[in-house]
Amino acid sequence: MTTPQQDSGPIAAAFRARARGAAWPTPRHWLLAGAVAVALVLPFFLQDFLVFQLTEVMIYGLAILGLNLLTGFNGQFSVGHGAFYGLGAYVTAILMSRYEVPYYWTLPAAGGICFVVGFLFGLPALRLEGLYLALATFALAVALPQVLKFHGLEAWTGGVQGIVVDQPDAPSFLPIGEDQWLYYFTLAVVLIMFAGAANIVKSRTGRAIMAIRDHPLAATAMGINAPLYKTLTFGVSALYTGVAGALGALAVQFVAPDSFGLFLSIYLLVGLIIGGMGSLPGCLFGGLFVLYVPNLAQEVSRGLAGVVYGVIMLLVIFVMPSGAAGFTRLVVARLSRSGRREPPS
Amino acid sequence: MREASAGVLPASGQSAGCLLEVRDVALRFGGIVALDGVSFELAEGQILGLIGPNGAGKTTLFNCLSRLYTPSRGDILFEGRSLLARPAHRIAELGIARTFQNLALFPHQSVLDNVRIGAHACSSSDYLSDLLGLPWVRRQERALESGARALLELLDLGPVAHAVPEGLPLGTRKRVELARALAAHPKLLLLDEPAGGLNHEEVAELGALIGRIRSSRRMTVLLVEHHMNLVMSISDTVVALDFGRKIAEGTPAEVQRDEAVILAYLGKPRNERQ
Ligand SMILES: Nc1ncnc2c1ncn2[C@@H]1O[C@H](COP(=O)(O)OP(=O)(O)OP(=O)(O)O)[C@@H](O)[C@H]1O
Ligand SMILES: [Mg+2]
Repeated sequence: MTTPQQDSGPIAAAFRARARGAAWPTPRHWLLAGAVAVALVLPFFLQDFLVFQLTEVMIYGLAILGLNLLTGFNGQFSVGHGAFYGLGAYVTAILMSRYEVPYYWTLPAAGGICFVVGFLFGLPALRLEGLYLALATFALAVALPQVLKFHGLEAWTGGVQGIVVDQPDAPSFLPIGEDQWLYYFTLAVVLIMFAGAANIVKSRTGRAIMAIRDHPLAATAMGINAPLYKTLTFGVSALYTGVAGALGALAVQFVAPDSFGLFLSIYLLVGLIIGGMGSLPGCLFGGLFVLYVPNLAQEVSRGLAGVVYGVIMLLVIFVMPSGAAGFTRLVVARLSRSGRREPPS
Repeated sequence: MREASAGVLPASGQSAGCLLEVRDVALRFGGIVALDGVSFELAEGQILGLIGPNGAGKTTLFNCLSRLYTPSRGDILFEGRSLLARPAHRIAELGIARTFQNLALFPHQSVLDNVRIGAHACSSSDYLSDLLGLPWVRRQERALESGARALLELLDLGPVAHAVPEGLPLGTRKRVELARALAAHPKLLLLDEPAGGLNHEEVAELGALIGRIRSSRRMTVLLVEHHMNLVMSISDTVVALDFGRKIAEGTPAEVQRDEAVILAYLGKPRNERQ
């Protein structure tokens, strides 16, 4: 951890801005506005498949954000968040294919159902700490594909065959293709949900859930109702990852049980750690890693893709032990310190 | 069975202006009797010094007051109501705040945020309003921030408001703990060895500070301290514990002269003793 008061210079100021609650607009706001502007024009310059891939990056970033709220901010470990992603995806697929619900209405439904399931799962999870909680969530990830394949539910889930989902059409008044439309739709949802997460993090609720992570006993002495916040955070986390799953179903246009197995959960965890625990922009970097690094590994060597993936992951962890977010903070601190030499305090 | 009458007749046996009443509290850890029937009263606006050699049970009593431990016997009344019926996280809202002997700051949050967390019990919000950033939570947030900043000024913590506690000097971290406890606007402030590890000058400042806080905020203070000069100079009443039992109670002068107290301390020499 760097001590913020030691950093100086405009870039460091940008990164301190949030903690400071500084006057609007801060350099951080400009950075954000610039990023959104780039994101808005990007589809006009890229080929469709790249637009599609960026859509997936945002979706994984959103799923990782859900996991981050739980693990990074609240300190509860989940090795099974892929299950909530899968649940959200199936809610959308079932509502669209069986009940002809418009795609945009399936998102709140997926989020709501995942919130309830996450909240309920969070209740027994209160009794589990650290590794035991990880094991319980692991069981969730293992169980979901089997439940989805279960005969009794086939009428809904389509069993091993899965469900084909129609890709949403762009509104007729917009002269853009389906991939572009899905990109913008996803961008809007992701921006709104990131804004919500940013609100939580700097609010009384955010401080409370981080206090529980850092020192549960002291948090309790401050009057924080840890069980309530922990179960609610579980629910909200599942909601975020579930909405990502719903968007994923729209993007891939197909859901099947084995897309939501253990590997997905592990990938989300990897994305979280690579992006940086407790960092919001880091989630998007994690999404980038989750989407591109397996492809990259495939290109380097088909037969040894897994090995290449592992090596890349080790290298990244070695270079950025506290994730992309921690790495950025460090670089910014170094840059601004070398710009203006200060006596060590 | 605990005294069934406690909840029904809260005023019974209580003197006027009594804020806290500890009644025959006992607690054991396995074979160790940490508290063995401790009773005392603390009147509103008073400073009560709680002294005793290491292991006397002072911190354990604090932990009972903040409901982190449940006594096996006895009762604790705050404003005439039993605390034992409440879970630990619902103590702060009554107006009871504490500091920890071994510091329990939130290491990854700034000093300012640590203090704002201290105000958790005297503010309100819900998950959804915070997620949506509704106007009323933003207003409250501004009020919390200015309140916290005023406390930081009072305790000379302004320059480190955005630092994380890790790496700050011990004396500074102790003041952060004090600021965090004060942020809840408590009626009763529990201080567990606030002077521990401080140098002479800092102890003198702390004494003056506690006195100031008490008079300006009409606060009642329960002070655990080994620093005899500090305890004796600012306490109205002193209670001495040894092996979980109350061995003396009275004015500072009386307790200092008390033979049982002198024996308890001579029996186990302490270097902090002045
Ligand atoms: N959680 C615990 N488990 C087991 N024994 C404990 C626990 N907490 C305290 N004790 C024991 O209870 C007794 C009282 O401890 P306590 O911490 O209350 O003493 P104290 O008066 O605060 O001492 P000090 O001046 O050293 O802080 C000691 O013998 C201690 O070892
Ligand atoms: Mg103690």
